Amino acid sequence: MSTVDFLAPRTWEEALAAKAERRDALPIAGGTDVMVELNFDRRRPAALLDLTRIGELAEWGSDGSVLRIGAGVSYRRLIEELGGRLPGLAMAARTVGSAQIRNRGTVGGNLGSASPAGDAHPPLLAAAATVQVASVRGTRRVPVAEFFTGPKRSVLAPDELIEAILVPPAAGPQQFAKVGTRNAMVIAVCSFAISLDRERQAVGTGIGSAAPTPVRALAAEQLLAAARWDRPLPEPTVEKFGELVAAAASPIDDVRATAAYRRRALAVLARRTLRWAWEELR
Amino acid sequence: MRITVTVNGQQRQADHVWAGESLLYLLRERLGLPGAKNACEQGECGSCTVYLDGEPVCACLVAAGQVQGRSVTTVEGLAAQRVQQAFLEAGAVQCGFCTPGLIIAVHDLLARTPRPGDAEVREALAGNLCRCTGYEKILDAVRLAASR
Repeated sequence: MSTVDFLAPRTWEEALAAKAERRDALPIAGGTDVMVELNFDRRRPAALLDLTRIGELAEWGSDGSVLRIGAGVSYRRLIEELGGRLPGLAMAARTVGSAQIRNRGTVGGNLGSASPAGDAHPPLLAAAATVQVASVRGTRRVPVAEFFTGPKRSVLAPDELIEAILVPPAAGPQQFAKVGTRNAMVIAVCSFAISLDRERQAVGTGIGSAAPTPVRALAAEQLLAAARWDRPLPEPTVEKFGELVAAAASPIDDVRATAAYRRRALAVLARRTLRWAWEELR
Repeated sequence: MRITVTVNGQQRQADHVWAGESLLYLLRERLGLPGAKNACEQGECGSCTVYLDGEPVCACLVAAGQVQGRSVTTVEGLAAQRVQQAFLEAGAVQCGFCTPGLIIAVHDLLARTPRPGDAEVREALAGNLCRCTGYEKILDAVRLAASR
């Protein structure tokens, strides 16, 4: 068995220095993705960079008008501590794996893995979240919509680590729905998140597992933004919203579902979550 | 690498640990604790559930290096017999392979929620697969343990 160096920095500065020196080090936090790859011999990193001893990564707080969630905050804590302020993200977090997985898995890890099916991605897109990444060269902030570059690929440079996620607290109803073969322990066949900003009459959307990366449905957002928000939505608008969300996806046939099924299911999820969210507006 | 970890209240040490191996491997193959079971190795089945610093986790998804200096409790280290006894009485143990993981999951559930409703039980045990019982006897066992 090849050796693996185990790097266990105690501070963020040490972690950035370690990543700069060892660009081949694979970051590990909750391990819910990384360990599967190691257990099945799909990956043999020269080094593991353990991020679980860095206290500040597991903290969250307010940063001006946005919430700053450390990359190492677990899904469980997200649900328990931030569910009221970030209902869409919390709903998605509840669908992640099982209790055991939610105790370990982190949003930072979800972003790092950059799977098109990552459960946190649609609500982060819908909420117009920003990813803060850092290296010894400095810190930069990347909108979630620009973070993913392809299946399991992101803009993260080899010497960079994900530090935090910046999310505006919900300014109105947020919803999330996911299709899978059961309610737990399931990778999304497709998923959809919607976020309504009551004051600004602005709409955010996020589509998961139906394109090479998580994507927004911009035309669907524009349709809703132009609607009358003080009354029930006309049924044709709801129908059109579903169609525009399905059209924004570019799904493929794979082991979990066909592309045609994904498009159809997305339209259903879009209409359903829109109705729920609109009902909450009133 | 050398790993020093508190397991079931005792400080244990293992040498020549491969940093990429799992906590599950460390427990079973190096520390002689076969209670946590090895099945899927991808966090799907829950048979390897142990407490890590008081939280139930899949031991197969924790890197051995990550438990350095931390505290692990396996099914062997659970003092309370209430859950185990309820499983036996309710017929919730058939082949027994999933049982250790379920015992930890139920132990944790009842510690946090002494009188869980059926939905809470199903949610708490969603990450523990059983291929024998059809789960009904397991639900009976949880209700029985909660009633005592």
